[in-house]
Amino acid sequence: MKLFALSSTPLDEKGVSALVSGSGSGGVVTFVGRVRDHARGRSVSALEYEAYPEMVEAVFGAIAAEARQRFDVSAIAIHHRLGRLEVGEASVVIAVAAAHRSPAFEACRYAIDELKRRAPIWKKEFGPDGAFWVEERP
Amino acid sequence: MVDDRDMQVRVRFFAAHREATGQSAYEADVPAGARARDVWRVLVERFPTLDGHASGTAYAVNQTVVPADTVLSEGDELALLPPMAGG
Repeated sequence: MKLFALSSTPLDEKGVSALVSGSGSGGVVTFVGRVRDHARGRSVSALEYEAYPEMVEAVFGAIAAEARQRFDVSAIAIHHRLGRLEVGEASVVIAVAAAHRSPAFEACRYAIDELKRRAPIWKKEFGPDGAFWVEERP
Repeated sequence: MVDDRDMQVRVRFFAAHREATGQSAYEADVPAGARARDVWRVLVERFPTLDGHASGTAYAVNQTVVPADTVLSEGDELALLPPMAGG
């Protein structure tokens, strides 16, 4: 299993966490993003994710390298799902291991915020009034 | 300075752009020395349905995000990135 990956099949939350955990990892923080049944006051039945695969894994690697520079963490793994996901399915799993909990929490927060801001990934929302591409950039 | 020779760049479309054009990739003939934003104008002529999708679009050349005035080279891969929404 690679540290940075896109997957067309369900994400292995425990597997991603195990990728970063070592005997020196006093704290492992795992963030799981899931498909929610509503967004912006509208109900959501499913999401469809699309990515620019040749670029996205390099962006994940760059985000992880920055997080390791800023925070005292030992390893970071980022896996993101592609294709159609139903409500409750995991769309992203980020695992961060560190000797201590505080940098692990901070680096995990940094990684998910940066992923949302700059990873070339798009999602289409399906709801009762049709489907549209979500534009989250401010 | 844009001269009158042509070059080819490979354009990649994603999400709303891919649906608007009906294609995920397109070989675009553009003037030598063209900048990323010049290609957008060429594309809107070829795919009028792209018009109106410029807002929030970023450019990546060979998998790196670049400013819109970046000068392109023959054979570059130019990706049009609509507003991203991962996570």
